[in-house]
Amino acid sequence: MAKIVVDVMLKPEILDPQGVAVSAALPRLGFTFAKSVRQGKRFEIEVDGEPTPAQLAEVEKAAEKLLANPVIETFTVRVEK
Amino acid sequence: MKVGVVTFPGTLDDRDAARAATHAGTTAVSLWHNDADLKGVDAVILPGGFSYGDYLRCGAISRFAPVMEKIIDAANGGMPLLGICNGFQVLCEAHLLPGALTRNHELHFLCRDQKLEITNNQTAWTTSYKVGQEIVIPLKNGEGSFQCDDATLAALEGEGRIIARYVGENPNGSRNKIAGITNERGNVVGLMPHPEHAIDPLTGPTADGLGFFTSVLNAMVK
Repeated sequence: MAKIVVDVMLKPEILDPQGVAVSAALPRLGFTFAKSVRQGKRFEIEVDGEPTPAQLAEVEKAAEKLLANPVIETFTVRVEK
Repeated sequence: MKVGVVTFPGTLDDRDAARAATHAGTTAVSLWHNDADLKGVDAVILPGGFSYGDYLRCGAISRFAPVMEKIIDAANGGMPLLGICNGFQVLCEAHLLPGALTRNHELHFLCRDQKLEITNNQTAWTTSYKVGQEIVIPLKNGEGSFQCDDATLAALEGEGRIIARYVGENPNGSRNKIAGITNERGNVVGLMPHPEHAIDPLTGPTADGLGFFTSVLNAMVK
């Protein structure tokens, strides 16, 4: 069984208030490494067997239509073994 | 004249929207998200709330409800359509209006009486107002920050498609203090604050919101 992973992130020009809040919380806990933080979403989709190129194309379509809003977000699709 | 009010699972403000439509002299008709039937209505309101629990993104699941297919077709044919708060988010997800509504810039859920300036009174939902008129109606949302790219913003500004702006401090980080917008044709309007909660001083801060519902009656009578 393989897993198809779709990562969705807000476009860089869209303000991410949750990322900003996380980024402000880190130094309060003594973690000083972060210049900035952006928060996104990850979808894990299980399929039977190795994903076929046709299946991956379908996932791309689903990501474009439902999982991400292309007005404010970008997404990547990859297979995780 | 019949105004449909859609109820999705998680919709909160359908009763107030129906009451506002009735108060304005129209007949409110309940529409159910799972029925692909508009019951012969002349206009539709998508009310506020948390349809489908705001899962995935606000409005993202509702946008594909069976009733929405009919509504999108009818709106593309010129039917007046008003989306309030969550309804505005649904209209953006359905691409009937440009842009998107994102998390308020300071992350707080806001609930307060908000002053707005009406900036376009030529749409199906705003003819009862004067341009420049200030109104006070409730604002209550967690994801009300209107965002779009620079080209879209320039088009909205240039074509006069911003129908209302926040007056005073920007409550949620919306670009250019946008509270509401319309499509090119002026029949589809999205508004983040809630006119349906301000139609009667007995139950709301003012009666300033009633004009949205009388406007659509005038638009249909003409």
